[in-house]
Amino acid sequence: MNLTLKIWRQKDPQDKGRMVTYRVEDVSPDMSFLEMLDVLNERLILEGDEPVAFDHDCREGICGMCGMVINGVAHGEQVATTTCQLHMRHFEDNAVITIEPWRAAPFPVVKDLVVDRSSFDRIIQAGGFISVPAGSAPDAHSVPVKKEDADNAFDAATCIACGACVAACPNGSASLFTAAKITHLSLLPQGQPERESRAKAMVEQMDAEGFGGCTNTGECTAVCPKGIPLDTIARMNRDYLRASK
Amino acid sequence: MTATIERGSATASINPPGDATADKKTPRRRGGFLSSSPGKKAVMAVTGAVMVLFLVAHMAGNLKSFLGAEEFNAYAASLRTLGEPILPHRTLLTVLEIVLVAALVLHMWAAITLARRAGQARPVKYAVRRKSQAGGYAIHAMRYGGTAIFLFLIWHLLDLTFGTVNPAGGTGTPYERLVEGFAPSRWWVTLFYVLAVLAVGQHLRHGLWSAFQSLGRAGRRSYRGLNVFAVTVSVLMVVGFLAVPAGVMAGVIK
Amino acid sequence: MTMNYTEGAPIRDTKAPEGPIEDRWEKRKFSAKLVNPANKRKLHVIVVGTGLAGGSAAATLGELGYNVTSFCYQDSPRRAHSIAAQGGINAAKNYRGDGDSIYRLFYDTVKGGDFRARESNVYRLAQVSVNIIDQAVAQGVPFAREYGGLLDTRSFGGAQVSRTFYARGQTGQQLLLGAYQALERQIAAGTVKMHTRHEMLDLIVADGRARGVIVRDMVTGEIERHTADAVVLATGGYGNVFFLSTNAKGCNTTAIWRAHRRGAYFANPCYTQIHPTCIPVSGDYQSKLTLMSESLRNDGRVWVPVKKGDTRPAAQIPEDERDYYLERIYPAFGNLVPRDIASRAAKNVCDEGRGVGPGGLGVYLDFADAIRRLGRDAVEKKYGNLFEMYERITGEDPYTQPMRIYPAVHYTMGGLWVDYDLQSTIPGLFVIGEANFSDHGANRLGASALMQGLADGYFVLPTTIGDYLANGPYGEVDEDAVAEAETAVRQKIERLLTNDGTRTADSYHRELGKLMWDYCGMERTEESLRKALERIPELREEFWKNVKVSGTADELNQALERAGRVADFFDLAELMCIDALHRTESCGGHFRAESQDADGEALRDDENFAYVAAWEHGPEGPVLHKETLEYEYVKMTQRSYK
Repeated sequence: MNLTLKIWRQKDPQDKGRMVTYRVEDVSPDMSFLEMLDVLNERLILEGDEPVAFDHDCREGICGMCGMVINGVAHGEQVATTTCQLHMRHFEDNAVITIEPWRAAPFPVVKDLVVDRSSFDRIIQAGGFISVPAGSAPDAHSVPVKKEDADNAFDAATCIACGACVAACPNGSASLFTAAKITHLSLLPQGQPERESRAKAMVEQMDAEGFGGCTNTGECTAVCPKGIPLDTIARMNRDYLRASK
Repeated sequence: MTATIERGSATASINPPGDATADKKTPRRRGGFLSSSPGKKAVMAVTGAVMVLFLVAHMAGNLKSFLGAEEFNAYAASLRTLGEPILPHRTLLTVLEIVLVAALVLHMWAAITLARRAGQARPVKYAVRRKSQAGGYAIHAMRYGGTAIFLFLIWHLLDLTFGTVNPAGGTGTPYERLVEGFAPSRWWVTLFYVLAVLAVGQHLRHGLWSAFQSLGRAGRRSYRGLNVFAVTVSVLMVVGFLAVPAGVMAGVIK
Repeated sequence: MTMNYTEGAPIRDTKAPEGPIEDRWEKRKFSAKLVNPANKRKLHVIVVGTGLAGGSAAATLGELGYNVTSFCYQDSPRRAHSIAAQGGINAAKNYRGDGDSIYRLFYDTVKGGDFRARESNVYRLAQVSVNIIDQAVAQGVPFAREYGGLLDTRSFGGAQVSRTFYARGQTGQQLLLGAYQALERQIAAGTVKMHTRHEMLDLIVADGRARGVIVRDMVTGEIERHTADAVVLATGGYGNVFFLSTNAKGCNTTAIWRAHRRGAYFANPCYTQIHPTCIPVSGDYQSKLTLMSESLRNDGRVWVPVKKGDTRPAAQIPEDERDYYLERIYPAFGNLVPRDIASRAAKNVCDEGRGVGPGGLGVYLDFADAIRRLGRDAVEKKYGNLFEMYERITGEDPYTQPMRIYPAVHYTMGGLWVDYDLQSTIPGLFVIGEANFSDHGANRLGASALMQGLADGYFVLPTTIGDYLANGPYGEVDEDAVAEAETAVRQKIERLLTNDGTRTADSYHRELGKLMWDYCGMERTEESLRKALERIPELREEFWKNVKVSGTADELNQALERAGRVADFFDLAELMCIDALHRTESCGGHFRAESQDADGEALRDDENFAYVAAWEHGPEGPVLHKETLEYEYVKMTQRSYK
């Protein structure tokens, strides 16, 4: 396949940035999207140009490092798929593909397609944990957990913090990310003691980082590579309202 | 290349607890409930619910026009005497009006501040227009729809409540104003009304469901039911509100 | 035989206590010096890497009150590659009452490691395994549960008891997030200072002690010096020396290799685990290999056509023309034989020309029977996410046609030599997780990596490092040592950037990887290894002459990062081959074709090789120090899974 790529290039956070058009030829349909970019980058290096910077690591859809907006859709149009797991067989020959970084004020562009997502870490720092020093835990079977609760907690806990929810949300909201962690921990008996303080602190941090508010558009869950459900946000709201009483 | 020298940290004392969060990169805002995004959404949900209850009552009242001028005018008059003789004339209605205005103002304030926050959260727009992946358009029309409904509301009050722009004027009976207001010669007003009612329907289609979500009263199991509820209520509202101009146009109400 | 190394004095682990094996860890915990709580704040520890080992260690050390600085090359500590571990984590809980015990886990691990691991370390690992599950559950790790609300377990790769705890196919993710959250909690509390997007490029050794690291800020390119009283490396394995592996793209050997250059011995570098169930390579552009959890072997049946070069689609090959070779050769264990055996068997059938898929490098893993027996729903429930992943990558539906799998490099058992305290040969340098060598011997059992990483980070290191730190603080660091390390780093970067060559670092990495896979991969011979040892230095020389790195040093420069890592892989590859060449026996993840029995099974040589090969970086080439392995509890036997 031959492709035309329009890629956002931005030298550093201060640079204004611009779209640059590249042509890539002889792309195999079995390549992953990132492998296709590797091919482009190899060529750019040999031409003495700087390769397109993009974040990636595990390339198996779990580390959450990769992510770009492809033709207007976070991680591309293939559902429940991270950019690294997206394969070129889903594109037409001679297609024009526009590639942009996540766009959100709390995710400033570092370079090209690389953004700074440390705001997510700070939301977790605010309360996304259960306080338990190593060695102090009771036997794992001392508290049974309903299978349904454990399964639902797991569903929420599969969030990979890639940031696609923020990128897709018309409000630039981080509600799905924040709610996934709140839901994971608040469904488990171990998470109860800190449940309200956690919801309050995490929501406040989310707002303080400059993310927008949730207006229930559902765009986040539609692009989420892990399919984190929207009811996590309802649970976050409930826990937050309860904590604010 | 420049070097950062971080020397002698080996035996330096540790940062006092909490210092890391005071790092310049870490924004902290001690916001109250009303400045939090879920707080604002809760305000929208509650005020929205108040206005929906009003709309239901309003629609029921409107439908009385099918019973004739006398019934309708009597109903309009009775609104002013609500609560009498325990309360002085027009007290309860005034209270209700104040509640409604407050609900409207709070609803709009929350919506506007959320929209502004959303604008700040995405200062750079995407080059390729975002496609909706969620498959709904009603939810994207909330802000435009809400604005349209507000503009309509102003007109609507001037037209049928104060009669300022009504051919029957401020002195006509409510029934006269209603019939004159939807007179075939003023087809464009009726069209405006129909569009506004449709906008209300669309607003409720998302808003009703959304209120439950914002108040944390929705869940995986209730989404289906909530959606059916939202669609049913908004369709009933649209039909109920459109019945009156339709009646006028068809000559049933005259 | 020409020697490409010299032999030095034997080495010994002086920290493991004597006496009954079940008391040793208790004894060590008691004999280790304690640090006065008031002094802990004055003691500074650097932890490099934030995977299961590094993340849990930094969190625990911070919780204890030490002053911790942590580094990772990713944009968040949560992205370390432990996150990709799928299958599960072993623990001797015996919740099933199926005969499991600490002793049995110990026994299985020593045996599974082909008698090349230390008994004391392994016993401690089995003891601590129990606490890990308790810790993880308390942190909110959503392990799979049964309807009664208790934890579910499964049996996993090579074990006959059900001791593997799991969280669907994402156990590593859930455990890592537990550690990550504990770490973030300490960051918020101010006990841990986190530096993301920082890569360690050298170790500072002053007055014979590890005193800090030189790191590069990968966003600004600044070279930074960080000093401390002790340094902990938790930087993972070096499987990416093969270019194609199941490791993340960023995984590299630079941290441990630089430490090795500074005096830390490198133990058993040739022990490489090849995972039998990966998605086969589809073309030259391939950038990494994706693992399919080994748990698939619980229900999938592995087969190839009986006939050579049979290119019919799987569905058209009748039952009697299929060779379920694992079930045929190993009737007792069948499809559940340990990884090294399953991998080599796959290679053998492909070498016979019976492989399937592009290039004939693949075997079938067939779920048709399981779907018939359990129903599609049950199979989907168990493996749904894995099947989806396979479908996404290959475009083939594993519900209707068998998966194709092939072995791929997955884990490296070798690593920096450490004693019972997890301290390397450089005082003050501790090495944990996959980066060290100690617990898995020559072959790691499935679901044991997560166990080891967390055992080291939550429970072992935080205790043993106290014994070293109790004698601190170690005072100001000699400026010359710091400057020397920094200069070395700058020179290397300078050299890479000024080289105006014609090939990219990746292209050299690919070539090196292929060479290692062909000559030092699943099967090694004296001839192949000698060839590799001839070719590696040539290729390295060419690399340094001809590599092209664009951009500058003062910015985010992924081409530069990669080139620096590849340079170290060359050196490591050479040591791996030397180690593989010197070990003329076959054991675990090291198969020498010269050392096999009549059935083609690996043949150990306990008389000559029951030792850990700890390599010192000498000016004249590697120096071998042998640590003799003694087995007091588990009798050395030839492994047999027939």
